[in-house]
Amino acid sequence: MSIEVKNVRKSFGKFVALDDVSLDFPTGQLIALLGPSGCGKTTLLRIIAGLEYPDEGRILFDGYDASDRDVRERQVGFVFQHYALFRHMTVFENVAFGLRVKSKALRPPESEIRKRVEALLDLVQLGWLAHHYPAQLSGGQRQRIALARALAVEPRVLLLDEPFGALDAKVRKELRRWLRHLHDELHITSIFVTHDQDEALEVADRIVLMNKGHIEQVGSAQDVYERPATAFAYSFLGAVNRFAGHIDGSHLRVGDGAVRVADANARDGEEVVAFARPHELDILTGNSSEGIPAYVGRVLLSGATARVELTGKIGTNGHAESHHFEVEMTRQRLSDLDLQPGQPVRLTSDRLKVFPVARDG
Amino acid sequence: MAAVRAHRVLPGFGLSLGFTLAYMSLIVLVPLSAVFILTSTMSVQAFLDAVASPRVVASYRLTFGASLMAALINVVFGLLLAWALVRYRFPGKRLVDALVDLPFALPTAVAGISLTALYAKNGWLGQYLEPVGIKVAFTPLGVLVALVFIGLPFVVRTVQPVLEDLDTEIEEAAASLGADRWQTVRRVVLPTLLPALLTGFALAFARAVGEYGSVIFIAGNLPMISEITPLIIITKLEQYDYVGATAVASVMLVASFILLLIINGLQSWSDRRSARGL
Amino acid sequence: MATAAVGLRAGAARFEANTATRDPVWVKGLVLFLGLAFFSLFLLLPLIAVFVEAFRRGWGVYIAALVEPDAVSAIKLTLLTAAIAVPLNLVFGIAVAWAITKFDFRGKQMLITFIDLPFSVSPVVAGLIYVLVFGAQGWFGPWLGEHGIKVIFAVPGIVLATVFVTFPFVARELIPLMQAQGRDEEEAALVLGASGWQMFRKVTLPNIKWALLYGVILCNARAMGEFGAVSVVSGHIRGLTNTMPLHVEILYNEYQFAAAFAVASLLATLALVTLAIKTYVEWKAAPSTPPAEAP
Repeated sequence: MSIEVKNVRKSFGKFVALDDVSLDFPTGQLIALLGPSGCGKTTLLRIIAGLEYPDEGRILFDGYDASDRDVRERQVGFVFQHYALFRHMTVFENVAFGLRVKSKALRPPESEIRKRVEALLDLVQLGWLAHHYPAQLSGGQRQRIALARALAVEPRVLLLDEPFGALDAKVRKELRRWLRHLHDELHITSIFVTHDQDEALEVADRIVLMNKGHIEQVGSAQDVYERPATAFAYSFLGAVNRFAGHIDGSHLRVGDGAVRVADANARDGEEVVAFARPHELDILTGNSSEGIPAYVGRVLLSGATARVELTGKIGTNGHAESHHFEVEMTRQRLSDLDLQPGQPVRLTSDRLKVFPVARDG
Repeated sequence: MAAVRAHRVLPGFGLSLGFTLAYMSLIVLVPLSAVFILTSTMSVQAFLDAVASPRVVASYRLTFGASLMAALINVVFGLLLAWALVRYRFPGKRLVDALVDLPFALPTAVAGISLTALYAKNGWLGQYLEPVGIKVAFTPLGVLVALVFIGLPFVVRTVQPVLEDLDTEIEEAAASLGADRWQTVRRVVLPTLLPALLTGFALAFARAVGEYGSVIFIAGNLPMISEITPLIIITKLEQYDYVGATAVASVMLVASFILLLIINGLQSWSDRRSARGL
Repeated sequence: MATAAVGLRAGAARFEANTATRDPVWVKGLVLFLGLAFFSLFLLLPLIAVFVEAFRRGWGVYIAALVEPDAVSAIKLTLLTAAIAVPLNLVFGIAVAWAITKFDFRGKQMLITFIDLPFSVSPVVAGLIYVLVFGAQGWFGPWLGEHGIKVIFAVPGIVLATVFVTFPFVARELIPLMQAQGRDEEEAALVLGASGWQMFRKVTLPNIKWALLYGVILCNARAMGEFGAVSVVSGHIRGLTNTMPLHVEILYNEYQFAAAFAVASLLATLALVTLAIKTYVEWKAAPSTPPAEAP
C-alpha cells in the first residue's frame, strides 16, 4: 500500500513537532525516518498509524483519505519501542490477540487462528516459545514476537518505532539483517523510526532525514550520505569537518586561512559553513599560504588507512576558538608527509561543500 | 539472595538486628504466643465449647460474611474510584485523592459514632431509608456499612499505582490490533490489574475481619444477629472468662495468619506482574 | 522507582488526549458519578457529620465538653501515650529497616513477614494478649501484684497496646525505600572516611527523611486514635485510664451526643491534619513530578 502525507502540521502546546510535512511512501519499500530526538519522526509515525491526529493536513492510503479513520480501522501493524507485549498472555495468545478481537463475522475459526499464529511464529523462528510468557523472553525475542503480533492482522503497512532501540549492540546488528531479510520476503510497505544513522543506512531502501519538524532530505542511503542536501544532513550523517567563515572571491576565508572553493553556492562576502568528510581533506606542509592553519595532534593507524587528529584556531585573533579536525589518508601519504606531533600544517580540500549560514538548518 | 556475607561492610548489623529481635519478641511474639500457650492447656471439649457454641458461630458468620461483602463492594467501587483518579480530570480531584485515606487516619470510634448518627432512625440518611423499609443502624447491614468504610482505601491504593504505571503503549498496541475500547479494557487492562485487585480485596477483607471500633456503635450488638467475633472476645473478658476469650482469639489469629500469608503471596505476584521492563 | 507514597501524578490529560486510552464521554460520566457518589456517601458524609453534630448545640456546649476535667485528662493521656509509642516505634523502624536493607542474613523474609503481624491481628486480640501476660490472672500478674505494679487497667497497659498496634508503621515505609536506594551511598561514605554515625546522619537520614516523616505521622494518628486494643486493657476508669477515643465512647453511651462529637471532632481534625501533612510529604517526596505541570 502506498501512503501519502500531505501538509501535515502538529504541535504540542508551543512545541511544533511537525511543520508542514509532505511525503510519499511508495508501495513495498522499507523506509527509515531518521533524525535526532525531538525532530518529529515518532509523531509522524504515530499520525500515520492513527495514534495521533494532525492539527492540519491529510493522510492518504492508496490514494484514499484515511485522516479521519480510527487507529482500530486503519489496519496498520505497529511495533512499539518497548514492544508492549501483554504480560499476562502467552506468546501464542499475544500473537492471536488481533484475530480474536475481530467481530464474529470476520473472526477466523479457531483452527484457522491456530494455523496462522503457528505460521507466524515459524516465520519469526520462535515457534518453540509459543507457551512462554513475555517475561521469560530476551529482548530480541520480545521484539520478534511483537513483530509477529503486528503481522497477524495482515496489516497493509508495517510501522516500527525505534525497533532496535532497546537492544544491546550485538543483538541489534543481527535483528537489522533479519528485518531486512523479512521485508524482502513479505514486501509489505514498512516505515521505521530511528535516530541511528548506521541502522538507517544499512537497512532502508529509502531514508527520510528529519530535523525540527521539517524534512531535510529524502533519498537512497547513498544519496543521503554522499550528496547531503543541507548543512544539517551533512553534519548528522557520518564523520565530518566543519568550517565557519565567509566567501572572499573564489576562496573560503576561515580566520587567517583560506581555501579555494570550486562551487561557492553563495554571494561574495556572505557568512557560510563548509563541510568536508575526513577523506576529503588533505594536509599541506611547508610554507604555503593556501589552506587553513592547524596543529598535528595524534595519529591513529587502522587497517590500510590512517587518521590524523588536528587542532586549529578559528576566528579573529582575540576570540580564537579551538577546533578539532580529522583527516583520513592512505598510509603511503602519511609516510610521505612525515608528520610530528605539534607540527604546524595547513588543511585544504578540493571538495568543500559550502552552505550559506542563513540556510544552515 | 540467600548468600551470607562473610564480611559486612556497613556498620551496625549486630546492634540493629539485636535491638529488632529483642523489641519484636517483647512486644509482639511473646505476648502473641500467650494465646496459643493458654489455648493448648484447654481440653478439646472446653475448646470446642468456647469456639463452636451457636452464638460464636453466628458471630463468625456475620464477621466473615460482612467482611467478604464489604471487600467485594470495595473492589468494584475502589476500582472505579482509582480509575477516575488516574484516568480523568475533574474538579476537586486532589481533595478526593487526599481524603481516600481518611479511614486510615480517622479513629475508628469517631467513624463508628458518625456512621451511626447518619444511619439512625432520625439521622441524615436513616430518616429516608427507614420509611422505605431499609434499616441500617443496629442491624447486620450497619456492620456492612462500617466495614465498607474502613476497607475503602485498600483497593484504591493498591490499584492506583499499577494503573498509573501502566504504559499507554499497551492500550495503543491493543487498539492498533483492532480491539475496541471495551475489548481492550476487558482483555488487556483488567487482567493486568487483577493481582492488585486481589491484593486490595484481601487487605480490605483482613482489616474488616478484625475490625471493632467502627462496628460496635452501629451494629446494635444483638447476640446471634449483629454481634461480631471481636465483641464476643470482649464480652467473655468482661465475664472473666479469660480462657474462652483466648480460645476465640486463637481462631481469629489463625484466620489472620492465613490471610497474611495469602496477602504476601498476592503481593509478590502483583509485584512480579507489574515489574517494568517488558 | 517504587516509593511508598502514592502521588497524584499529573497524568490524566495524557490518557484523555490519547485516542487509544480515551474512554467514551458517557463512560467517563458514569465512572465519575459512581465513584464520587460512593466516595461522598462513605467518606465525605461521615466526616461532615462529625463536625455538624459537634456544633449542633452551639459553641458553648462544644467548649464545655472539651474543658471538662475528664476530657482534659483523656487528652493528656492520649498525648502521653503517643509521645511514648511513636518514638519507640520510630527507633525500631530505623533499626529493622537498616538490618533488613543493608545486610544479608538468613530468616530475613520471615522477619519481614513478622513486622506486618500486628496489622493483621484484630485490635481486640492485641489488647487481650497483654491481659494474658500482665493481667491479674496472667503470667506476670501475681509477681506484679506483689510488687504493687499495675499494668492492666492502668497507663502502662494502654501504652503497650498502643505500641503493638502501631508497631509496623515506620518500618513498612522505610524498608521499600531503603531497599530501592541500595547500599552504594553508604559504602561510598565509608570509603571516604566517614564514621558510622556520620554516614548515618549525613547520607542515610537525608535520603529517608520524607518516608520517615510519613511513617511517623501515620503512626501518630493511629496511636492517638486506637480504640479496640486500648479498650480491652484500659478498664475505662474516668479521669485515669481513658484516652480520647474511649472518652468519646463513654459520652456516646451516656447519650451526651454533642459532647461525644465535640471530642470526636478533635480527633477528626487530627485525622485531617495527618492527611494534609501526608499529602504534602507525598508531593515533596515525589521527584518524578515536574513542578511546572501542577495545574
